Amino acid sequence: MSQLSLVLVDGVIYSAWLFIAAVGLTLVYGVMKILNVTHGSFYALGAYAGASLTGAWLAKGYPPMLSYAVLLAGALLVSLVVAPVIERGLLRFMYAKDEVVILLVTYALFLVLEDAIKLVWGVNPYFVAEPYALLGSFEVGGLKYPTYNLILVGLALVLAAGLAWVLRATRVGKLLAAVIHDPEMSRALGVNVDRFYLVTFTLGCFLAALGGSFTAPTVSVVPGLGVDVIVLSFAVVVIGGLGSLPGAALGAAIVGLLRSVSVHYLPQVELFVIYSVMALVLAFRPRGLFGLAEPRKI
Amino acid sequence: MKPDRTPLLLGAVLAAVIVAGLALPQWLLFILTIACAQGLVVLGLNLLIRAGLVSFGQALFYCIGAYAAGGLSRGFGISDVFVQMAAGIASAAIVAFLLGFLLARYRGIFFGLLSLALSMIFYGLIVKSETLGSTDGFNVAKATLFGVRPGEAWVRYSVLVAAACVTLAAAFLTHRYLKTPLGGLAPAIKDNEIRVEYMGASVRYAIHVNYVIAAALAGAGGALAASTVGHIDPEMSYWTTSGEFVFIAILSGTGSVVAPFLGAFIFGAIRTMAYDLSPNTWQMSMGIVLLAAIVFLPDGLWSLFVRRRSA
Repeated sequence: MSQLSLVLVDGVIYSAWLFIAAVGLTLVYGVMKILNVTHGSFYALGAYAGASLTGAWLAKGYPPMLSYAVLLAGALLVSLVVAPVIERGLLRFMYAKDEVVILLVTYALFLVLEDAIKLVWGVNPYFVAEPYALLGSFEVGGLKYPTYNLILVGLALVLAAGLAWVLRATRVGKLLAAVIHDPEMSRALGVNVDRFYLVTFTLGCFLAALGGSFTAPTVSVVPGLGVDVIVLSFAVVVIGGLGSLPGAALGAAIVGLLRSVSVHYLPQVELFVIYSVMALVLAFRPRGLFGLAEPRKI
Repeated sequence: MKPDRTPLLLGAVLAAVIVAGLALPQWLLFILTIACAQGLVVLGLNLLIRAGLVSFGQALFYCIGAYAAGGLSRGFGISDVFVQMAAGIASAAIVAFLLGFLLARYRGIFFGLLSLALSMIFYGLIVKSETLGSTDGFNVAKATLFGVRPGEAWVRYSVLVAAACVTLAAAFLTHRYLKTPLGGLAPAIKDNEIRVEYMGASVRYAIHVNYVIAAALAGAGGALAASTVGHIDPEMSYWTTSGEFVFIAILSGTGSVVAPFLGAFIFGAIRTMAYDLSPNTWQMSMGIVLLAAIVFLPDGLWSLFVRRRSA
């Protein structure tokens, strides 16, 4: 087997991870026009919750196969507890302000959450490798890959299909399109816009937490985990087009494959390549590859 | 017209720093010098914010200035703080002049994101370049002034005085620039670009000029920080560094050219205190301060000093 297939397998796995980590960001921006810096905090929260809950689950001797459900539950738990508090308690008072000011508010919240995580979980690293090793491995070109990676790819596909279905084919999706297009008119027609914002924000944060919790078994969970994820998901989402779901998928695929190519052939340029593509896309198609043109405002 | 009191204020601040610096402890001298460095960056950032553009990549020029200074010190043994700052200004301004052709076309969130991407590109470059020390960076020799190496106990004080002279001169020049027609264009650009164009001014040109000045100031700040801290690393170009600058800019407000230095000093003081009181939650304290500033002081600290116009 050639190196090319290894590049491809690595690229697909990394793309899947990127999509899970970044899709919530594009969702929140698309609906609420908030570039949510706390996205990285929720990624870290999910990782901590997933790692500590799964660790406790396995320590009690419960069936290890269910640990995947525990990872999911961990992500659900933190996002359901923290995200509504942030949206109802603070963000909703900011909607009238400038896009950039709201970004700064989420940056401030990111600083707060960064330390809140340290207060709850301490500064020592967490390891839960069991879910990663549990499923054995598969071989590509003589190289072993943990089967766990297939779960990531499957999860990314399920999320993409599920979100596309909700947005395109359900009543909720159609109402959401109306809210995106004109919140005031939707409100006048009896749509509960506040609830849409609350649910969207929570869902976006849940997706970030999900990315974190399913990454937790593959890394050591340490403070500062979410900081890199923020810029990386910014890059993914910007390349595809802020607020576009197919864009996030395309952005994840581009960044994932590029990273895999550069790691295999020219590891010095890894980060350089990713952000260069982001800058190039912004230079030639500022609204991203899938972005929609915005009517000019004066 | 009211007499312009800003030059007087700047002179008073300079005199106060020179006199008080003799009596202040070393750590406070350090905080003041860093406040000068960060204040320079924010002074430039404010030029852009006045035009409605928030750059999330100002750390790029801060880092370029720092590596220019570090390169001079390591490659040529030049540790004169004035020469280093000049090198920082020149290299940052050249890069900004080139990037400006691209960036001057962007507004709002896209300006922020593109500048973020550019600073992360630079981060990605130096993190992987072993000659520049990769993620560890490298040390920068202690500063000299006009070829004289101050004694151990006097290094901090003399660098602070040099820094204060340069920064206040920069603040004065910026203040004068804001009085020129070109400098006064920024708020108009923020309000309504199309009207500015109808008046016959070029919005792109104005933004380009502001961008280069902002970068030059950030380059000077970076060089000063390199010489003061004695160490530089790629983290100086990371997005969190840019975040800090935007933080200070929000805290200070755009009301005066003195505001950034006040903001930077208060930022440094709060951080030092928060770090002393509880090392694990200093970021949380900073976050709460930033939130409070956004909610209660939307025009920054400087608005506290401006008498409200009677209605």
